[in-house]
Amino acid sequence: MNPLRRFFRTPEAVAGAIILAALCAMALAAPLFFPGDPQAIAGPALLPPFQDWSLPLGTDRLGRDVLAELFHGARTSLAVGLAAAATALAVGAIVGTVAGFAGGGVDEVLMRITDAFQTVPSFLLALAFVSVVGPSLGVVVAAIALGAWTGPARVARAEVLSIRERDFVAGARVIGMHPLEIAFREVLPNALPPVLALSSVIVAAAILTEAALSFLGLGDPNRVTWGGMIAEGRAVLRTAPFLSIIPGVALVLTVLGVYLAGEGVVETTAVRRSLS
Amino acid sequence: MTRTLILLRRRLIGSIFVLLIVVIGTFLLLESAPGDAVDAYIASTGGDAGMIELLRHRWGLDQSALTRLANYLWALLHLDLGQSVTFSRPIREVILQRLPNTLLLMGSATAVSFGLGSALGIYAGARPGSFRDRFLSIGSLAVYAVPGFWLGLVLIIVFAVDLRWFPIGGIESLASGKTGLDRAMDIASHLVLPVSALGFIYLALYLRMMRAGMAEVWRQDFVLAARAKGLSRRRIVLAHVARNALLPLVTMLGLQSAQMLGGSVVIESVFSVPGLGRLAQEAVAARDTPLLLGIILTSAVLVVIINLLVDIAYTVLDPRVGASEASA
Repeated sequence: MNPLRRFFRTPEAVAGAIILAALCAMALAAPLFFPGDPQAIAGPALLPPFQDWSLPLGTDRLGRDVLAELFHGARTSLAVGLAAAATALAVGAIVGTVAGFAGGGVDEVLMRITDAFQTVPSFLLALAFVSVVGPSLGVVVAAIALGAWTGPARVARAEVLSIRERDFVAGARVIGMHPLEIAFREVLPNALPPVLALSSVIVAAAILTEAALSFLGLGDPNRVTWGGMIAEGRAVLRTAPFLSIIPGVALVLTVLGVYLAGEGVVETTAVRRSLS
Repeated sequence: MTRTLILLRRRLIGSIFVLLIVVIGTFLLLESAPGDAVDAYIASTGGDAGMIELLRHRWGLDQSALTRLANYLWALLHLDLGQSVTFSRPIREVILQRLPNTLLLMGSATAVSFGLGSALGIYAGARPGSFRDRFLSIGSLAVYAVPGFWLGLVLIIVFAVDLRWFPIGGIESLASGKTGLDRAMDIASHLVLPVSALGFIYLALYLRMMRAGMAEVWRQDFVLAARAKGLSRRRIVLAHVARNALLPLVTMLGLQSAQMLGGSVVIESVFSVPGLGRLAQEAVAARDTPLLLGIILTSAVLVVIINLLVDIAYTVLDPRVGASEASA
């Protein structure tokens, strides 16, 4: 059976895939359905949802269209989540490979640095980083990646430690390949699968961290973010709780979708590995 | 006991190196921030160029970064974290005043999530594949996707605004004059919502780990042996399967402590709990870099201490840990 069909056999994976597909569609279609600035005033302030069909989810304190903000927020959440996770995985894989392959002093130094990063709460680190460099999309991505690369680094190192003892690595040495070339062209690709298995957890955590940062007002001020929307709604929590609840539900569904799809992928590959 | 001590000594030496990296790294990061404590101070009080020069000199900010790092480390040896510009008080004092609230919040959240999470995990893992197992697994995955700060807001809407069961925020009623047990009850009622918001996600984590761990243990031979011996199912589940599945959870307890500290920043902000996390946010807002540095250091030390405690617990729980080092 091909992996795709196996993936779609579990109901959880199907649910995850549907949620993620809907989310991607939302993010891609945002400029089509809601061209122009989502932060522009679209109607009367604090219109409740399901009252006016041109503004189906109502408006916020300043009269901005909640549905438009939701669509544009999906873009930010997905972009930041994916970019931060990709950065963290890449940095982690490289650091882990170098540490595991070089061994000795290099390994010791890199691992102590990894320890140090794991000792500082990653959210505090992100907070400090954003406050130093100033909030923009790229900085938020870097700040999140700063706290997320350690897990992949440890996994990659452990994997590299066992791979570097295999015969094909010895073979590469014998034919005179440069150690760096061996590390990155022979060893790293083989060490990747368990590192990539972490990606769903890291993407989910990155999306949640981004939301928390923008909730505290440390997101990119020129972008709509779900965390920022929740913070906006907080000022009118008693009278218009929907303003905080709607973006939160979107956030929960997104993260849930990432987890479910991730579990599906892991299960699919685990079955394939046990078969081979 | 020597086994524990030997392990502890090794971990302590390693921790000191790690903390040194944390100090230097954070110092250099915050050093690269535009503007210094004097700028922040002058912005809030006003003053002329001569005043700026004087303050820079008095606070040692006219020296090179390396000298200041050395000075900072030297002061740190005397447990001196410097002076907070925003609070006009020693940073150590400010942090020590806020720390108990965060420890109370984190400790309660850890206790509740660990206790309930592992209990529910045992309940789910006692019969792998059963309805309750599947229900709890999927339910916990859903809970795991809920951001704590948003859950906090929802809890406020439901339990503080609509039902009025619990206070909306703070750590205790202001100027209530309560003492002893009354005061403890007051603080406890203030803690219910923030502890739930902070601990819920970890409850799901422990539940899932316990369940997954038990599923592994069920397959091992000694379970079969226990069954063949005629032990009751209850005894097998509790004394054999659950007990062996518990160890990874203890490891997790140490690993997630840093994460939980980070999470408490947002939760404390949602519930206006005057703790370390809220202090961090205040430090960021006021651009009080030395204070932020002090907070990051304090939390790193906290994480190291928690992990040492976990290591000790581990050697007590599992006689195999550290045995080879003690005999060597």
